[in-house]
Amino acid sequence: MRGASVSDTSGITRRSGLRALAFGFTGAQATALIILVAAIILGPAVLYPVFLMKVLCFALFASAFNLLPGYVGLLSFGHAAYFGMGSYLAAWTAKYWGIDAEIAILIGGAAAGALGLVFGWLAIRRQGIYFAMITLALAEMVYFFCTEASFTGGEDGIQQVPRARLLGMFSMQADMSLYWLVAFVFLVGFLLIHRIIHSPFGLVLQAIRENEPRAVSLGYRVDQYKLLAFVLSAALAGIAGATKSQVFGIATLTDVHSSMSGEVVLITLIGGIGTVFGPAVGALLFGALETYLAPFGDWVTVTQGAIFVACVLAFRRGLIGELAARLRLSL
Amino acid sequence: MNVTRRELIAAAAQAAVAASVPLRRAGAQAPVIRFGVLNDLSGPYKDIGGPLSAAATRLAISDFGAAAKGMTVEILTADHQNKPDVGAGIARQWFDRDGVDVILDVPNSGVALAVAGVAKEKNKVFLPSNPGTSDLTGKLCNANTIHWAYDTWMLAHATGSALVRNGGNAWYFITADYAFGHALQRDTSEFVTGAGGKVLGAARYPFPGTSDFSGFLLQAQSSGANVVAFANAGADTINSIKQAKEFGLKQTLAGLLVFISDVHSMGLETAQGLVISSSFYWDLNDRTRAFSQRLWAMAPNVRAGMGQAGCYSAALAYLKVAQAMGVAAAKQDGAATVARMKAMPIDDDCFGTGTIREDGRKIHPAYLFQVKKPAESRQPWDYYTLRATIPADEAFRPLKDGGCPLVKS
Repeated sequence: MRGASVSDTSGITRRSGLRALAFGFTGAQATALIILVAAIILGPAVLYPVFLMKVLCFALFASAFNLLPGYVGLLSFGHAAYFGMGSYLAAWTAKYWGIDAEIAILIGGAAAGALGLVFGWLAIRRQGIYFAMITLALAEMVYFFCTEASFTGGEDGIQQVPRARLLGMFSMQADMSLYWLVAFVFLVGFLLIHRIIHSPFGLVLQAIRENEPRAVSLGYRVDQYKLLAFVLSAALAGIAGATKSQVFGIATLTDVHSSMSGEVVLITLIGGIGTVFGPAVGALLFGALETYLAPFGDWVTVTQGAIFVACVLAFRRGLIGELAARLRLSL
Repeated sequence: MNVTRRELIAAAAQAAVAASVPLRRAGAQAPVIRFGVLNDLSGPYKDIGGPLSAAATRLAISDFGAAAKGMTVEILTADHQNKPDVGAGIARQWFDRDGVDVILDVPNSGVALAVAGVAKEKNKVFLPSNPGTSDLTGKLCNANTIHWAYDTWMLAHATGSALVRNGGNAWYFITADYAFGHALQRDTSEFVTGAGGKVLGAARYPFPGTSDFSGFLLQAQSSGANVVAFANAGADTINSIKQAKEFGLKQTLAGLLVFISDVHSMGLETAQGLVISSSFYWDLNDRTRAFSQRLWAMAPNVRAGMGQAGCYSAALAYLKVAQAMGVAAAKQDGAATVARMKAMPIDDDCFGTGTIREDGRKIHPAYLFQVKKPAESRQPWDYYTLRATIPADEAFRPLKDGGCPLVKS
């Protein structure tokens, strides 16, 4: 994790003309953002929109997750709990209360944030492997709860959730209208995360990551900072899950399963932990592997494994992390 | 070589766009029927569906004589990895971009229910033969889906009522403690008591993650029951039956969701005496043997289970209707094609004569089998002895009990 963070400090010190932009982007980051937005706009012309929506949901999920290991130095192994809870609650409320898409997504995010508040309050008392184990154990409890609880539909999940309308008037039946909603949610979440990282609050988080005792000695209430970061990360993960449940019209145990917690770690690792754009690139690569290797059967898992091994061996900082290091940029 | 950052980033972006273009498939030009066999190719349900389902579908195309009738039929396969969102994503892409008309197989109820929703939305055809949930023809039924081969109601009913009539009247359950296990236990218990048997008790074990069943098996052993039923599936069933054998349980063991591939992997030494229900067995009659012989030529050393036989039967029925309607008309309107299939009598080598009900349930007989002793088995895959036949009109849940909105009361 330390290695991945090398480029951040240069990003903080680097001053560029474009820095004047409200969100504190460096020139390189602004360029990357323009490419990202262009890719989101042009993407549906080339790739299947539903696939892209899934990638965007996972990109937001991974970006939210990245906030903890990348900028606070806390490796959570239980982020599926927040993603899944957001997904379940959004699907359930949209199906049985018939509420609008944006309300369902916000409910999912709020529920995940509340869950993050409780779990985070417990987990941040420990560090390193103990923190990871506590988050994993709590997420497993959520998984068992979802397996047993009646409102989740057990292993069948919540099925055939109708696509809710937006703001009570716009139909989301067409894939492309839903795509713009998902793209909007992703971009807002992404910019929010970027803003968090580059705010004074985010700088304190990075100080905690680099040297926690020193941050304490400087008078920061470290636990409060960590808890807030945890809640933000959980809430945004919940929003990602809620958005995904709107895309597919389902919420199932896959979303809360521990393999989902592992997947988000892998996505972030491939893209680059501690980079702003890394998780999005990781999500695209991971989603493409999962989707375009599906016809090859057995080879899906083998190929995924081989690519992960290659990434860990050759790109230890992740694709974007390596690129940033090579170009001496902060991305 | 001097490369500026901007050039590098621009080149990378161009390469990414260029690389993704060939992934797009061209839309259909001539009317081609495309089957999508969507199942588990790498996980726990590989043996009940997997490549053999695609082979059975291919056999249906050649038995139908599609080429001689001037019809072009293609098969696509994909691995849903047991993730409903992956399955639903593939289904959408198949329907929207790849010109797939029919999706077959789909083990894993969560994935199947998701795909059923997509098929309805896109007005295509969904003919699942491997998911268990009877919700597909119950409260989540739709006009584009026909559930083939079996469902949990059929299995629970066949095992529960037929076994009681054969003398197994005091039952004890070993149940996986989650919705599926509870439902299986509840349904089976009703049939047991309905047929005059008694349920003495049940041991619920935590799911997932239980690998030691000894405590639960000892409770079953001392319960005084003469039937111990396993309300679980997959690896849990295999583990619990193996351990029951090791503990020397004298009771009749009843697996509520056991496929021939499970018996094959347990081996007769372990599985002998086990009572199971199924709607298909390769060695059942002359027609099933003829089908199995033809399939063996395409996929040797393995025998189809009821899900794979369902792929054959469903694909054949669809092709007959598509020929009658005209390929273009069948491709156009999934619900209309399904309505025609429901109006048509079904006859094939796997399930014999049958019908399709209003709620999308394919109706045919069910059978109660007992696994042979190793000495009785005369050839590979010679595993079952027929114990009882449940006639077609009793084999499935009565139409009025399902709560399917398509059924007008």
